[in-house]
Amino acid sequence: MIRVEDLSVAFRAGGRVVPAVRGVSFAVPKGAAFGLVGESGSGKTTVLRTIAGLIDDWDGRIEVDGVPMGAKRDRAARRQLQMVFQDPYGSLHPRHTVARTLAAPLRLHGVGERDRRIDAALADVGLDRRFRYRYPNQLSGGQRQRVAIARALILEPAIVLLDEPTSALDVSVQAEVLDLLDRLRRERALTYILVSHDLGVVVRLCETMAVMRNGEVVETATASAFRKGAVATDYARGLIESSRGYRRETRMAEVAEAGIRTT
Amino acid sequence: MTAMRAWLLDEAPASPAQAAMGRAYVAWRDFAANPLALTGLIIVLLLVALAVLAPLLTAHDPYAQNLDDRLLPPGAAHWLGTDQLGRDILARILYGARITLMIVGLVAVIAAPVGLVVGCVSGYFGGWLDVVMMRVTDVFLAFPRLILALALVAALGPGIENAVIALALTAWPPYARLARAEALTIRGREFIDAARMQGATAWGIVFTQVMPLCTSSLIVRLTLDMAGIILIAAGLGFLGLGAQPPAPEWGAMIAAGRQYLFDQWWVATMPGLAILVVSLGFNLLGDGLRDVLDPRR
Repeated sequence: MIRVEDLSVAFRAGGRVVPAVRGVSFAVPKGAAFGLVGESGSGKTTVLRTIAGLIDDWDGRIEVDGVPMGAKRDRAARRQLQMVFQDPYGSLHPRHTVARTLAAPLRLHGVGERDRRIDAALADVGLDRRFRYRYPNQLSGGQRQRVAIARALILEPAIVLLDEPTSALDVSVQAEVLDLLDRLRRERALTYILVSHDLGVVVRLCETMAVMRNGEVVETATASAFRKGAVATDYARGLIESSRGYRRETRMAEVAEAGIRTT
Repeated sequence: MTAMRAWLLDEAPASPAQAAMGRAYVAWRDFAANPLALTGLIIVLLLVALAVLAPLLTAHDPYAQNLDDRLLPPGAAHWLGTDQLGRDILARILYGARITLMIVGLVAVIAAPVGLVVGCVSGYFGGWLDVVMMRVTDVFLAFPRLILALALVAALGPGIENAVIALALTAWPPYARLARAEALTIRGREFIDAARMQGATAWGIVFTQVMPLCTSSLIVRLTLDMAGIILIAAGLGFLGLGAQPPAPEWGAMIAAGRQYLFDQWWVATMPGLAILVVSLGFNLLGDGLRDVLDPRR
């Protein structure tokens, strides 16, 4: 469905050229979910934004459904790729109601039956009609992210790009949003590319994943391999260990707390 | 009343109009909780009402001269006294409010949209367009306001229309600067990225996404600047370059009363007080609006 070959992106800062992504290649079949993990600054978000068409200056090749994507894209090309952003507080226009936010892409693409589609899109993400005319400041973080997901899906794209879609949410809401994303992918055979620093989120949603470091892909493996810790590079092993280590420490803290309570 | 309140504060508005009105109601509640801001609003509304209803509020003609009644002190016949040509000062102040409102309104209608468009386009597009537009803005900003207004009036001839043009030409650069600063921060927000991904054009984004967020701070700034505009308009009138006699312009009235200041103090003082009160009203209103229209809410 989507193929990225030898993608390189460099930023110019004060006369110096800073490479952000160097020679990244991967391919995602239709209906699959692909994860990009790495520390902040590893270039994973830059890869996603380049695929999204938000960065103009890049080298390499990006193909969607066999069609190469240029730097300038027409509306039909844009419609195939939609994105859910990290910060649900910044990704919705503060002065637009939910209905207006959802109607804007339909109007741009000349899609009819807007009312019905808006209701359907809201229902798909688990929000009812009552949310239509609310402003973002009348919604919780999880509700906002649901609206953002509805906005991404209302144009019926083939590929959805997810940029840390849960990192700004409470832990309990994170699980709900992940479940929602998982269900929507199955129902509509969507292709996902997910960027996250949280291994747990990526393993949960994706079948395959790539570890990025300093703008390069260090290792590509299946999610089950990651779960078992069967990875080839030390860096990936380190990532797994640090995520487990964090869990163990919090576990121990919980045990210690429980101990205090019982004594 | 309570049903109305419940309808306005409904968590699930049934129409966009209800949602917008609910939002406006919440803003109004915040605004009304500030007594000084409310005072400002009342003064400004009063000014509008007085200007509109001037013929009903006074029986005197602001232009009728009566040399027998010249320089009368405030009294029962002439509540605020008469000027050097025997004209009723109260009538002149009431009719003068029309001129003041016209100047303020025209300058606001010309300067604010120009500044808004220039600033939003400059801030959103950036690059060479930003450099060129901001240098032009700098050039206009570098002229002292009153001096440029004087030069324009001198070139185009004295009169109220030319005073308005001169004021508008010098008033827009600060709004452009303000709108550009806002547009720069809005440009990097994720809802702009989302609009770009949907295929919105750059101009579409500027007009539907960026501009509505820039307007509130612009309205606040404009209201606070109103006092300055009134003062400069009065200043031009005082120097004889704004409204021409016999038009009852407040600044020109003060200029005429200057020579009687010590013996017939009311001739210059009454229009002066009018300018003071109206300027204060706009400033109070602006402060209140700033609290309500804070874009971060």
